[in-house]
Amino acid sequence: MLRYLAKKLITLVALLFFVSITVFAVLFVLPGDPAQIILGINATPEALAALRADLGLDKSFWGQYREWVGNLLAGRSHHSIHYKMPVFDLIVDSLAVTGPMALMAMGFAVLISLPLGIYAARNQNRHGDVTVMFFTQLGLATPEFWFGILLILLLSVQLGWFSAGGFPGWAADPIGAFKALLLPAFALGVIRAAILTRLTRSSMLEVLREDYVRTARAKGLRERSVIYVHALRNALIPVLTIMGLQLGQLLAGAIIIENVYFLPGLGRLVFNAIGQRDLPVVRDIVLFMAAAVVVVNFVIDVAYAYVDPRIKIN
Amino acid sequence: MNTPLLGIEELSVGFDTPEGKARAVDRVSFALERGETLGVVGESGCGKSVTALSILGLVPSPPGVIESGAIRFENSDLIGSPPEALRRIRGRDIAMIFQEPMTSLNPVLPIGRQVAEPLMVHRGLNRKEALDQAAQWLERVKIPDARRRMGDYPHHLSGGMRQRVMIAMAMVCRPKLLIADEPTTALDVTIQAQILALMVGLKQEMGMSLLLITHNLGVVAQMAARVVVMYAGQVVEEAVVSELFGRPFHPYTRGLLRSMPDPAGRPDGGSRRLSEIPGIVPAITEAIVGCKFAGRCPHAFGRCREQAPGLFDIAGGQRARCWLSRFPERRRTDA
Ligand SMILES: Nc1ncnc2c1ncn2[C@@H]1O[C@H](COP(=O)(O)OP(=O)(O)O)[C@@H](O)[C@H]1O
Ligand SMILES: [Mg+2]
Repeated sequence: MLRYLAKKLITLVALLFFVSITVFAVLFVLPGDPAQIILGINATPEALAALRADLGLDKSFWGQYREWVGNLLAGRSHHSIHYKMPVFDLIVDSLAVTGPMALMAMGFAVLISLPLGIYAARNQNRHGDVTVMFFTQLGLATPEFWFGILLILLLSVQLGWFSAGGFPGWAADPIGAFKALLLPAFALGVIRAAILTRLTRSSMLEVLREDYVRTARAKGLRERSVIYVHALRNALIPVLTIMGLQLGQLLAGAIIIENVYFLPGLGRLVFNAIGQRDLPVVRDIVLFMAAAVVVVNFVIDVAYAYVDPRIKIN
Repeated sequence: MNTPLLGIEELSVGFDTPEGKARAVDRVSFALERGETLGVVGESGCGKSVTALSILGLVPSPPGVIESGAIRFENSDLIGSPPEALRRIRGRDIAMIFQEPMTSLNPVLPIGRQVAEPLMVHRGLNRKEALDQAAQWLERVKIPDARRRMGDYPHHLSGGMRQRVMIAMAMVCRPKLLIADEPTTALDVTIQAQILALMVGLKQEMGMSLLLITHNLGVVAQMAARVVVMYAGQVVEEAVVSELFGRPFHPYTRGLLRSMPDPAGRPDGGSRRLSEIPGIVPAITEAIVGCKFAGRCPHAFGRCREQAPGLFDIAGGQRARCWLSRFPERRRTDA
């Protein structure tokens, strides 16, 4: 088990290193001079040169990279050019929106997909299954933002149960903040549930044919334990991987849904920062997003080892 | 005479297949007395497993359908029983072990827990009591260091050890009937002998009945008192072991015995695939007029291809599904 973890941890670090180089290199070659943007088009060449030196833009590629990573490793935050505040604080603030929303979205996705997938598998090719499959097909074909807008029209505009967007902040209005995330999380969750339902169904169908499920029945176990203990545990193994990918993705922000609901999340932050050529923000956020995906996958790998004891040997 | 513990009467099981309806089990009847070991032999695909699964109501459905017949167990008909009543019998009164120890245990649950489960559902024991008894049973089936291995997962164990775990799991509730579906087919020869010895010991100790399914006549000779021979979904001969080996009646049984090397020889001898009978088994989707074995039978005559023979009494409880019982003069001596 420890060796498995160590191996995964080494992979994690290597992956993060690789990602940091890629992120840095891509943004390095991207056109647009931050100094020019800050000072405007009327700036003198001297002022520009001074600011570039200040920002460290005059150094070589490796010099800049070392400085960037060095600061991150030392826990020194870079400064946003546009917001004039530490990038670290910006990320924490938007994560307070994106983080809970991602978790809630996955909560919805799991709550919807597991029961539906199991139900469909147990009623393979019957009406219930066909109906479920129809709706998952619909879910796969539905753009997230469209579903988000539909929810606003129905639940906010028509019924007035929710505000139509915006985020009051956790400190100011915790219940309002929670409600503000509910609809976008639901929109994100339902769309992700479509693929998870299909995955759960096919995985479950495969597992239900296994000999050990027959053994569980031959022991006289209740159908409930046969399905939820003996079959589901095995069926979840492949589903878990996709759930992890989805969660990582959601933690990296949902640009479109955040824009539809006017939420100050990570997606919007990076979206705006790119428009403003706020290089320090873009760089750190993109690295953070990549790290979120990689770290969540690491957590999933660990969860895997918990669900599937066979992993521990190799 | 008491009623038998298990009585299967005219059981027919079909499968819906793309090629049409397949009769996997065709009006099979046999009975099993209390404490008796009955062997069921026949080539692979002749319907042994489906018959066994029917007893527990575990035929996969769809595609499988029990079309007709009765399975009487202690005065109740299992086929007509509500699913919940059948569930209570499974694992408690009738237990089953399977051919494939490698895939029959759940890979993600510790073996101790898997053995303990029947005790929790059927005997209402709490987890601790059940695990304690499970450990005792693992010791009884001679898993070395059993108590320490309770938390092991199936992949930690060899095939033989897994089959021991399966046996422990089947025995924990002290069933009246144990169905063993080719319990040693997937195992090495030496392990086979150990597992069979273990089963013999447990059976004598517990006084249970054993329905032993195998395609290995050597195993039958060693273990069973009475034998049912199946061919293409039907019972073709039934006899006590000494009669079956001493004076087999059905040409198919005779072929089986001939294809079996000296039983005193290699212990795995009988596990050869009985290929010495020329011809092939008819597909079970085929509708056959007459005897299903006629195409391979060296003695077949007109009647055999026109009318299906019934299961005729021969002598002393021996029965055979063969027209030769009515027309003994048709048996060719040279074949
Ligand atoms: N799930 C199934 N679907 C379709 N046909 C099946 C199924 N299970 C068994 N059969 C058919 O039933 C027949 C008897 O199978 P089985 O009882 O497993 O034979 P065996 O005597 O080797 O145990 C075979 O011809 C097999 O093809
Ligand atoms: Mg079989």
